[in-house]
Amino acid sequence: MKEFKYVITDPVGIHARPAGELAKKAKEFKSTATFIKGEKSAKATSLMKLMGMGIKQGDEVLIRVEGEDEEACATALEAFLKEHF
Amino acid sequence: MQSFNGKKVVSGIAIGKIKIYKTSTYEINTAQNFDPDNETKRFEDARLIVQRQQHELYEKALVTTGQDTAGIFEAHELMLDDEDLIEACKDFINDKYCAEYAVQTGFDNVAQTFSEMEDEYFKARSADVIDLKNSMLDVLSGHSGESLQANEPVILVAEDLAPSETVKLDKNLLLGLITRQGSQNSHTAILARSMNLPTLIQCHEITDDCEGKFAILDGYNSCVYIEPDENIVKELTAKHEEDIKKEKLLQELKGLPSVTKDGRKIRVYANIGGIKDINAVIENDAEGVGLFRSEFVYLDSKTDPDEDTQFESYKRVLQDLSPRQVIIRTCDIGADKQVDYLNLEHEENPALGFRAIRICLTRPEFFKRQLRALLRASAFGNLGIMFPMIISKSELLRCKEILSECQKELAAENVKIGKFEIGIMIETPAAAICADDLAEEVDFFSIGTNDLTQYTCAIDRQNANLEPFSDTHHPAVLKLIKMTIDAGHRHNTWVGICGELGADLSLTREFVSMGIDELSVNPKSVLPLRAAIRDLDLKELKQEIPVENNNSKPGFFRRLFK
Repeated sequence: MKEFKYVITDPVGIHARPAGELAKKAKEFKSTATFIKGEKSAKATSLMKLMGMGIKQGDEVLIRVEGEDEEACATALEAFLKEHF
Repeated sequence: MQSFNGKKVVSGIAIGKIKIYKTSTYEINTAQNFDPDNETKRFEDARLIVQRQQHELYEKALVTTGQDTAGIFEAHELMLDDEDLIEACKDFINDKYCAEYAVQTGFDNVAQTFSEMEDEYFKARSADVIDLKNSMLDVLSGHSGESLQANEPVILVAEDLAPSETVKLDKNLLLGLITRQGSQNSHTAILARSMNLPTLIQCHEITDDCEGKFAILDGYNSCVYIEPDENIVKELTAKHEEDIKKEKLLQELKGLPSVTKDGRKIRVYANIGGIKDINAVIENDAEGVGLFRSEFVYLDSKTDPDEDTQFESYKRVLQDLSPRQVIIRTCDIGADKQVDYLNLEHEENPALGFRAIRICLTRPEFFKRQLRALLRASAFGNLGIMFPMIISKSELLRCKEILSECQKELAAENVKIGKFEIGIMIETPAAAICADDLAEEVDFFSIGTNDLTQYTCAIDRQNANLEPFSDTHHPAVLKLIKMTIDAGHRHNTWVGICGELGADLSLTREFVSMGIDELSVNPKSVLPLRAAIRDLDLKELKQEIPVENNNSKPGFFRRLFK
């Protein structure tokens, strides 16, 4: 299992179009990536649930990745977050 | 005559007949005796068709309204891939409901979740889900989905419009838009802005019996008149014609150079404050960015932003605006712009205090993170690096020294660096007076007239009591500007203005006659400024009264003695 934290800098937070791209990205991997903020969590592949978390600018989220390619998946997601959020 | 109030999204006037827009209604069978295999297939087929439709809308929007609104449909395409949404619908199908019922219930549940969220942005997303639901139901029920059917251009009145409905509307048939619901964040609002269509939202009172009646939508005063009185018709028609004339003139200026009648070319750039403004630069046809305030990088972050984060932002702006020059001003935190993580002490007199380059030179590691990010980004476009609040040559030399340290480090790391220009803000009287010394060291000067005026006249620009004493055209400031331009030109340094005075059209003649090379203004002022420049003839200016005799008394007294 791999975990990392990320603070959202995008003014709108985790919003529709890039969240969709994020879901696409997450589907490229066999591992399961989960976004966790407080009591809420959603799989990176579920766009609606992810948006439903209402993650805003300045929020810190924990991303937990589990699976055979977790190393590569975590690296790719972290890079994606930095680029888009 | 009747009139209704709403909230304006886009100003402007629309004159024509009202057309009431009605969304289709569906009769949905709630029986539980359908064949799951068959309904699954219908659901999947419809989903693919709607996805394809959304893709077509994306491509259409890309051409007609631009990347921002097109993104809505790209997101829709992706939403239709959502596993949970598909699962939820299929659960109903497996319970022997028909595909229509599954879509209606499954999509409504998700929309409900969004509409209950506190944040306005996410709240508005429920409209996306409803929009997709209706598109699915249209396909399943064989509807084409009503689009605007009218034989003349109309003012459209709707409860609210979904994005795909808005884009499907034939723009040639639309004069204006009125919705009873909607918010500033809704797609209707976003699309209306990008289409520049006079629009009112939250016009709750307007009734269906207005159908077919003659009306005037007055976007300036946020209201609509149904069967207006003659004097209102006269007044607003005149205003409308004036708007059309002005807009036409400005649009014709796009793509044309900002050049005076006798052939002197001035670069008209835009001032921007973040990545969100990139479109405004392109839409208003600015020739570059004369001031990109890098503060957003610091103000939008809770912690000190690292090099990579900064690099990504700068790269994005440079890439998107290439080949235009983009001048990025280094950190200008302090005074009225504070961030917690820098732990700056409270000051009695912050405008004259520890700010901007003074912080950077005191904390070189902090400064270097930004400079390295800028240098790395330079490989992706046409960059200018600008240092703010410089008062002496030694400060400038120290900045350049740190910059060249960063260059060496990056070269050692085999990081590619592009070509870039170096410049400074001239915003203190000290810099203007020493401009000759400073000009030797830089490619350009950019005059920050707001601070230059406040420091020259010792007038706090945020103190309203000082208004009678302030003179935005103070001759001392104009003299300092002239001195700066002359000093720059003696050393082949180009000189621009990025303060508010740059957009003051009553001074354009003066600045051009002084020899200014570039004027950087807010994006909306770019085309009006270009129009003013194209109207000038420098040959006529030869006999102009010199600057110093032009405005010899400050505002208050000038008014007294008039």
